[in-house]
Amino acid sequence: MKLHEYQSKTIFSKYGIPIPKGRVAATAQEARQVAEELGGRVVIKAQVLVGGRGKAGGVKLAKDSAEAEQLATQILAMEIKGLPVRKVLVDEASAIDQEIYFAITNDRAVRKPVMIASSSGGVDIEEVAAKTPEKIVKVHIDPLLGLREYLARDVAASIDLPREYWKDFIKVAMGLWQVYKETDATLAEINPLVITKDRKMIALDGKMMIDDNALFRQPELNEMRDTDEDAPAEIEARKYGLSFIKLDGDIGCMVNGAGLAMTSMDVIKLFGGEPANFLDVGGGAGAEKVSAAMRIILTDPNVKAVLFNIFGGITRCDEVARGILVAMDEVKPKIPMVVRLVGTNAEEGRKLLENAKMITAETLADAAKKAVQAAKKGK
Amino acid sequence: MSILVDKNTRLIVQGITGNEGLFHTTQMVAYGTKVVGGVTPGKGGEWVLDGKLPVFDSVKLAKDATDANATIIFVPARFAPDAMFEAADAGIPLIICITEGVAVQDMMRVRNYLDQKKVRLIGPNCPGLLTPGEAKIGIIPGNIAIPGNVGVVSRSGTLTYEVLYAMKNLKMGASTCVGIGGDPVNGTNFLDVLEMFEHDPKTEKVIMIGEIGGNEEEKAAEYIASKMTKPVASFIAGQTAPPGKRMGHAGAIIEGGAGSAADKIRALEAAGVKVAKHPEEIPTLLK
Repeated sequence: MKLHEYQSKTIFSKYGIPIPKGRVAATAQEARQVAEELGGRVVIKAQVLVGGRGKAGGVKLAKDSAEAEQLATQILAMEIKGLPVRKVLVDEASAIDQEIYFAITNDRAVRKPVMIASSSGGVDIEEVAAKTPEKIVKVHIDPLLGLREYLARDVAASIDLPREYWKDFIKVAMGLWQVYKETDATLAEINPLVITKDRKMIALDGKMMIDDNALFRQPELNEMRDTDEDAPAEIEARKYGLSFIKLDGDIGCMVNGAGLAMTSMDVIKLFGGEPANFLDVGGGAGAEKVSAAMRIILTDPNVKAVLFNIFGGITRCDEVARGILVAMDEVKPKIPMVVRLVGTNAEEGRKLLENAKMITAETLADAAKKAVQAAKKGK
Repeated sequence: MSILVDKNTRLIVQGITGNEGLFHTTQMVAYGTKVVGGVTPGKGGEWVLDGKLPVFDSVKLAKDATDANATIIFVPARFAPDAMFEAADAGIPLIICITEGVAVQDMMRVRNYLDQKKVRLIGPNCPGLLTPGEAKIGIIPGNIAIPGNVGVVSRSGTLTYEVLYAMKNLKMGASTCVGIGGDPVNGTNFLDVLEMFEHDPKTEKVIMIGEIGGNEEEKAAEYIASKMTKPVASFIAGQTAPPGKRMGHAGAIIEGGAGSAADKIRALEAAGVKVAKHPEEIPTLLK
């Protein structure tokens, strides 16, 4: 789950990381009011959950509160990479001397959290990383020990941060470690972390991503979720614990297991079809989950055929079959359905579906071919 | 011979009285696995499977009473990290965690702790182990595989079943099948298992089933090119998956753009691995 800049920075601030004075605003009038409170010179920043908003014109400097209102009006009317701007952050403008990049994230290859830092922070950091990797410092953190100050000091020294700022930097690093750890973040990023002309260190921008698997112990963060970028079907799917991504094709897919779900898409494509979605009903999916999955797939008007590919392990095919029957009864779909049940209790499952007028298949290749044919006929 | 599990493995089940735990314990016992007991805190002293298997309050008690040398975990995600720590502290050398949805920071702590204790973890979010004809620890349906000389290692659960099933249909058997799980941080990687297969006299060929994300397939390709003498066939899932919506730069800096299916297939083919177009084709590549 991604957090907005304003949400991330509010969290940073709670953990002692200095952030600019400012507030989020949903209307241009509100933005003007915040600008007035801050003394006029402010930055108006679009709050959308995509990168590159600065380059898209979503970040503007206003010299007074009247201009702040005008710019906020513009930005609030924008769409950035398909996402509507519903809020702007109005921050006091800072006079910047240096931009630093600093983040803590998971390094899956090393199985440890890693601090990433560079004295060449700012919007082009990925280019810096690609072209001059020596300018990027990476220091791993022992997850059992946590971040110790000496490691943060090592980072400060390795990015050639002047000694007078080491103390400030260590405070930011220790704060960001606490943020990362206590919010179950998979990313806590400050870019840029600036040194201002009056020699203060401030987190000018912030991005955070939270581990969805840890949301059970992060109820406050869960409430911050912005569902703007998710299709309604994806939101509905999440309610039932289904993993669903909408795609542009015409063959609906319901599969158990992410790897097999991806593979089913690959095989549909291999035989000339286009998947309408990725849908993993998960391990041990019962009838309720399965019928929810089927309803979600069938709400997509593009879907001309549905492929069920269930290989039972922890999931029992008879349970899935029951779910399919419940959903068929509710939705009464008029499009062809290809079903393939193999593995745990497959025999029982197939018996349950005998009278359901579905196309059956033995192998995955066979199932995919039949689904592709059925979808073509339905056009 | 086989790797990790055979008919002498003495297994306990953490979460044995739960719905999934009980169902799969029954299946494992029916397959011939030597299950010696189970653990559910608060239910010590009870018996399951018609009084055949004792339940203990802790892994330590279970190990003392049964001399177990492997454990399988079926507890919900929020309790799974604790279950793994507990098993390691009780001195169980092999842990198989089936549970899906474990928080990644928990997994980093678990993995680093287990490494210090020299405990082998398979999973989490995996289907477990199967040595056909001898024993299974996990949820792989026993009847979809036959004994043989092909080692199978996979990041995916159900996709592994596809491949085992396709192998069986071609009368190709498996020495051991290892589901290492699809989570970003897990216990055992492709490289570890490939090394075991390379040294296992029973294994003559290997099938490796990968997917997009991370760089474990690339690391495996390096090992295959430099050290491996046995032929390897592979499949990479997610060739048509849309690129994920990404935010922040740290991921790109850390992974340096690796992880796509095309990259992995290129690395594997360069290492002499035959890569299949769909999973049912894999066994034919080893004929």
